[in-house]
Amino acid sequence: MICSALEMKNIGKKFGVVQALSSVNFSVKKGEIHALCGENGAGKSTLMKIVSGLYPSGSFEGELFVDGVLQSFKGTRDSENAGISIIYQELALVKEMTVCENIFLGHEYTKNIFIDWEKSYCQAKKILEEVNLKINPTDKVSQLGIGEQQLVEIAKAIAKNANILILDEPTAALTEKEADNLLEIIKELRNKGKTCIYISHRLKEVFKISDRVTILRDGKTVVTNKTIEINEDKLIAKMVGRELTQIYPRIEKKLGSPIFVVKNWTVENPNTGQKVVNNVNFVLHQGEILGIAGLMGAGRTELVMSLFGAWGKVTNGEIYLNGKKLQIVSEKDAIQEGIALVSEDRKRYGLILGMDIKENTTLSSIEKISNFGIVNENKEISASYKYVNELRIKAKSIEEKTGNLSGGNQQKVVLSKWLMTHPKVLILDEPTRGIDVGAKFEIYKIMNELVEKGVCVLMISSELQEVLGVSDRILIMHEGSIAGEILYKNASQEKIMQYATGYLKGENLIL
Amino acid sequence: MNLLKQSSVENLNSDLKKSEFWEIILFSFKKNIRQYTMLIALFVIWLVFTFLTGSLFLSPRNLSNLFLQSSTVGVLAIGMTMILVAGHLDLSVGSVAGFIGAAAAILQVNYNWPAVPTILTALALGALIGVWQGYWVAYRKIPAFIVTLASMIAFRGAILGITDGRTIGPMSDSFKLIGQGYLPSIIFSQVTQIDSSGKIVLDELGNPVLGFTSLFSNSFTIGEQPPFNDLTILLSFICISAFIMMRIKKRNARIKYGFTVLPKSLEFVSIVLFSISIAAFFLVMAFYMGIPYAVLLVFILGIIFHIVTNNTIFGRHLYAMGGNLEAAKLSGINIKKRTLSVFILMGTLAAVAGIILTARLNAATTSAGQNFELDAISAAIIGGTSTMGGVGTIFGAIIGALVMASLDNGMSLMNIEVTWQYIVKGSILLLAVWVDIATRKKNE
Repeated sequence: MICSALEMKNIGKKFGVVQALSSVNFSVKKGEIHALCGENGAGKSTLMKIVSGLYPSGSFEGELFVDGVLQSFKGTRDSENAGISIIYQELALVKEMTVCENIFLGHEYTKNIFIDWEKSYCQAKKILEEVNLKINPTDKVSQLGIGEQQLVEIAKAIAKNANILILDEPTAALTEKEADNLLEIIKELRNKGKTCIYISHRLKEVFKISDRVTILRDGKTVVTNKTIEINEDKLIAKMVGRELTQIYPRIEKKLGSPIFVVKNWTVENPNTGQKVVNNVNFVLHQGEILGIAGLMGAGRTELVMSLFGAWGKVTNGEIYLNGKKLQIVSEKDAIQEGIALVSEDRKRYGLILGMDIKENTTLSSIEKISNFGIVNENKEISASYKYVNELRIKAKSIEEKTGNLSGGNQQKVVLSKWLMTHPKVLILDEPTRGIDVGAKFEIYKIMNELVEKGVCVLMISSELQEVLGVSDRILIMHEGSIAGEILYKNASQEKIMQYATGYLKGENLIL
Repeated sequence: MNLLKQSSVENLNSDLKKSEFWEIILFSFKKNIRQYTMLIALFVIWLVFTFLTGSLFLSPRNLSNLFLQSSTVGVLAIGMTMILVAGHLDLSVGSVAGFIGAAAAILQVNYNWPAVPTILTALALGALIGVWQGYWVAYRKIPAFIVTLASMIAFRGAILGITDGRTIGPMSDSFKLIGQGYLPSIIFSQVTQIDSSGKIVLDELGNPVLGFTSLFSNSFTIGEQPPFNDLTILLSFICISAFIMMRIKKRNARIKYGFTVLPKSLEFVSIVLFSISIAAFFLVMAFYMGIPYAVLLVFILGIIFHIVTNNTIFGRHLYAMGGNLEAAKLSGINIKKRTLSVFILMGTLAAVAGIILTARLNAATTSAGQNFELDAISAAIIGGTSTMGGVGTIFGAIIGALVMASLDNGMSLMNIEVTWQYIVKGSILLLAVWVDIATRKKNE
């Protein structure tokens, strides 16, 4: 029997108390394209980080074999030496260096102590031909398109003599044509005997190029199948297949009148010109929680950030609030109109960690508690106490620095800040990411309380259960557009995934 | 809420056991370690110089000089702290201060402008330079480091250009007052000795003999200065009472809101210590010539900008921008406007420093203000301001400026070579930052 190119046995990995992977078995045959599928957070990236040596041996359980030999990587260098090369979603190229320099970075050809440029250029040219890239090795990487950069990454892997290539969402930022070209090249590489592990949310691509597919769910292997023996329906069912647990406090609501209307909303990334949000239309009703589901990179965060004015003037389209057309070109405009955005990654975008609870709470509405530019301390303290009590924030004092709080309490401080602006529309981007179940439940309760007071809530979530459990209606985004819209009663995880992966398109709208 | 109240009530209890008492002292010490370390550092530096100079360092005359010397860097350090807190840097303040000082001198000497319009024009010029720098940083997104480095070089040239490379002076008497004058005394007035025929008495060198008369008796006493400056003493009483009243008011407010406060005994000790320091600061000058106008100006600017940074929306926004720019922007703060404003303030403060400097030297020189930016940055950093933004106090900056001036002054008194003065100042800066980082790590 031929031994596998890569074999992982009983892999387990813990982060603190969270079990990210448990008894994962993963086996890749030589010379195949093996797809790895799973929801956001299923453990794909963690597994690949183990393969790449980023998590050194000893920090996880289980065994890892390359070509039948037991390996214990101490770092990424060991993994590279074993012939494994990983190409991340975020490209790891030095933009200000030439293609040639990038290809051989860290493995330069040398003559004595000097770089052997002649040999480098010759080799670079050969490798670039191999990946079908018609550029000069002396071109700067910053001048290349994203698709070309992606190919340079592959060239880099070939230069390292990698036998196993791991591609993590390589087509996420590419146009369809670029993506097709990339897939062709991956196929060619396979035909030359290289082994590829392919991670993608685009199921179509998985079916197009992979020989076998392994599905991960909740940090466990579900199954490994030949790709021709499975169809998209089955694949999606296996990716999500679990029951909805009852931690979602649902209250029955009557749908009110439309409050917040977005028409023909399009946003181009000013740097790449790519349409990150493409002609989005939706209506948010009084007293409604509208969920936005979708896979990473579907343009959900870009949509809400641009609605909030964080993208400035690069937006196209119309926003109406209570029938009035809004002109929003800055965050301040949005706040004044009654829109609030609890952004994802509270530590990076939400809080000033060096400031205390009180100062963070009042940050967006400090004018309300000031006279002639001077902050009224008494008003500030009472305002802060009000929200600490209402949202049940647990802290020693309102003078506690927010950097010292737990994730759940930090998120509540961010919520306080936005509630103090008295929003009519509250946008939440991944509001419960990284916080424990108890705090999650409290945040859902707060959302329901707000909705009862007449606030409209727009919630982005990558957790399908959460979207299903909390929202009254669900929009599903796929590649910058709205692919589907479902009432929660008609929704299921499978259906959402079908829209999110582009398997079902907007014309099948179920309403 | 209950939880919040309880913990503070415990700390309110003034009948503390001895061990608890020390625990609280230790706790509050740790909490304010930055402020204490720099005060301690200043104290140690003074102690060392007093010992090394045979107490010459601590004489009222020298201390008064020291405060006067620190005034220019003190003003710059106030602005620099705000710039650093906002997450920027200003390398141009020395050149700008020198340039504005030279411009003021030209207005005075070449065009015979009176003091007040000269000063107003200089301040406006400073604000304008701030607009220029702020525009490039805020609206054209060029890092402040580069914008102000460019200005630093350019204004150094501009000084040479407007002065033709010459020293320009002297200034008018009223202008000089800003840098050389002292708060007048009410009881005593300085006069020249007049003999019975009404003629001014001259000494052997031909200068008039100086002395003073008292409000209550017409007797003339020969001597350069009155025994004490009553207005300065009065000012010290006002400041101390205001300080004590504010502390008590703040304490009561904190108790009302259930915040933790120091136990009564400790609060008392703290108030007494601070009052003594304030009194000492004023009395030293009261028994020399009175408080210099320049020092008074720094004192007032310090109070104003302490309030600006702590109690205004503007101040809050500065800390938020420096603490987390992305979050500040998403909270609706107009980053561009705030950045522009802080640079305008810095430009204006650089003008103030330039005016004080020119008035003190009674002339504008081509090298005026050279390296002041480095002293101002060092002062701010020694005073606990973070180069990463978001952290820093005006009080700290002024203490930092005093540390820098004390090093200069003390080493000059000891006749230490300039070579070593620079080396020592550099080393102290490095040491201060290392202590800062080391203590912060421990606290975390």
